[in-house]
Amino acid sequence: MSDDAILIGFGAATVRVATPLLLAALGETVSERGGVLNLGIEGAMLGGALGAAVGAAQGSAVVGLALAVAAGLVAALLLAAVSVWGRADQIIAGTAVTLAAVGVTGLVAQRTFGSAGAGLELATLQPVEVPLLGAIPVVGPVLFRQSLLTYLGYLLIPLTWWLLYRTRFGLELRASGEAPTSARAAGVAVRWRRTAGALLGGALAGLGGASLVLAQVGTFTEKMTAGRGFIAIAIVVLGRWHPGGVALAALLFGAATALQYLVQASGLGGVPWQLLLALPYLLALVALASAVGRARAPAGLARDDQEES
Amino acid sequence: MNTTVVSRRAAVPDLVLTLGAFLLGLALLLAFLSVAGFDAAAGLAALWRGAFGSRYALLSATLVPAAPLLLLGLAFALAARAGALNIGMEGQFAMGAIGATWVGLAVGGWSPLLAIPAVLAAGLVAGAAWIVVPVVLRWRFGVTEVISTLLLNFVAEAAVSWAVTGPLQEASRSYPQSDPIAMSARLPRLLPPDRVHLGFVVALAIAAVLWVILARHRLGFVWRAVGASPRAATVTGRLPVERVAATVLLLSGALAGLGGAIEVSGVSAALYQNLSPGYGFTAIAVALLGRLHPAGIVVAAILFGALQAGAGAMQRDAGIPAVAVHVVQAVVILVMLLATRRRG
Repeated sequence: MSDDAILIGFGAATVRVATPLLLAALGETVSERGGVLNLGIEGAMLGGALGAAVGAAQGSAVVGLALAVAAGLVAALLLAAVSVWGRADQIIAGTAVTLAAVGVTGLVAQRTFGSAGAGLELATLQPVEVPLLGAIPVVGPVLFRQSLLTYLGYLLIPLTWWLLYRTRFGLELRASGEAPTSARAAGVAVRWRRTAGALLGGALAGLGGASLVLAQVGTFTEKMTAGRGFIAIAIVVLGRWHPGGVALAALLFGAATALQYLVQASGLGGVPWQLLLALPYLLALVALASAVGRARAPAGLARDDQEES
Repeated sequence: MNTTVVSRRAAVPDLVLTLGAFLLGLALLLAFLSVAGFDAAAGLAALWRGAFGSRYALLSATLVPAAPLLLLGLAFALAARAGALNIGMEGQFAMGAIGATWVGLAVGGWSPLLAIPAVLAAGLVAGAAWIVVPVVLRWRFGVTEVISTLLLNFVAEAAVSWAVTGPLQEASRSYPQSDPIAMSARLPRLLPPDRVHLGFVVALAIAAVLWVILARHRLGFVWRAVGASPRAATVTGRLPVERVAATVLLLSGALAGLGGAIEVSGVSAALYQNLSPGYGFTAIAVALLGRLHPAGIVVAAILFGALQAGAGAMQRDAGIPAVAVHVVQAVVILVMLLATRRRG
């Protein structure tokens, strides 16, 4: 393979692998801006992955997407009910939501696909080339020969920005995340805003899980999200809770993951493949350490809405 | 990030709440199994048989996973009582297992009186070492230990995978597993031929020590004070919040590593991938169900040990995947959070 072909392959793989992370991280950005740190996002992605697989197994990727969004919403609703309305600790509650998702998806997958599980013939989302843009050298095949969910991700970057910074809802959401007591005094229904933010986050995490199944892996396996939800949380920190920054950070993590393919293609022996497997998680740790000091989390993040922040 | 996970004052008496939360979790699982089309009655019967149905079930199944669950439950509770959250016990367990295997393979000529302590010490050290990075990240950079410990679980998984296909792989190189550790490095069984081993007693002893420290010792008082109100502790300046957090996290990591060591030394005798069926997360449910109190955690560890044992039987006899137990764990965690949350 020529160097160009390898580079383009690496770039396209980066964008493809970054898509689930981008979708989930944009959702988590909205959720965290409202003050809800959702560790259940991993469970929402897993639910979305299963929903997509179940729908696609019926022969329709669209049904799969709908089921994925529904699964993500259910996971986020559970977290919101317990931590926003029940005022339980967000972090532990989110861990529990993820555990529940592992159990429930394991059971449903066994029921739907039998013990064989893998090797399903799913209706996946094939790459679609964007007219004109797809013909640009290098940039075209990297950015514009992707699945529809990747294009949805592109659109969601400005849309999320607009929602957060240019709408009344976004203002109230951010107020609920920064200073819940003051927001309430100003007449904002803090818990409803937080719930809405968490639900949006859940829906996007569900779509992220769907893109993992429909545009990347093509099948469902137990615990297949493998911590991508947690990486999305690190991406939000690295992206400074801003949609643009989050998109760049997601791309960085996509590249770290796609490096495995590059190493395989260029035949760099000697590097244990487990090191490449661990690379995105190690990168996330470095990202967390380096992001601190330059960025500030919403002051009311992971706090109860009655607490002074 | 300092978080008061649960308050010490509950609305309902302790034992009623503990058993109630556990039974509610089981009931919801069975309801879900019925809805999903599994044979819930057969599942429940298999669960009971596998957990308490016979002497074998109790002494060779239930109490075996109860030992690591007890250690990991104590690990979580110790940190949580002081306001730190260790969500990385799965990884520390794995590193403890690697350390214990490495030492266990090397101590063939030693007396068990030396070999076993050496193996357990290796687990303690490896577990503590695995949490050093999150401790430093929190101390130096203010990064919450929640995400950093969580991320390191996946790195530990990759490390085990590397160890069993690389430096620790069996001499014949056929399977991704280590050779069996030396006989002298294995924890003896308490009531042979039943499988419950000395590690369970070790875990009970540590629970007793922690109980005394938390209830009676000055250290325990400082930890609890920091956990109860990190802000008050910071503002008054009398309590070293960050030093306490570092101390309890290191101890927590060490205990979780010990969990991995007793699993290798007492049960598996070798290193494999997926040695833990999610003990690091089950232990969060164990700790909360035990109200973060050592005595309560002993009871909770036996209950979840029973669930783990029963889940194996459920998978074998009723075709219900063992991951189903995560549903019970999740319900228990959520119920305990809601029942013991702070009011005001």
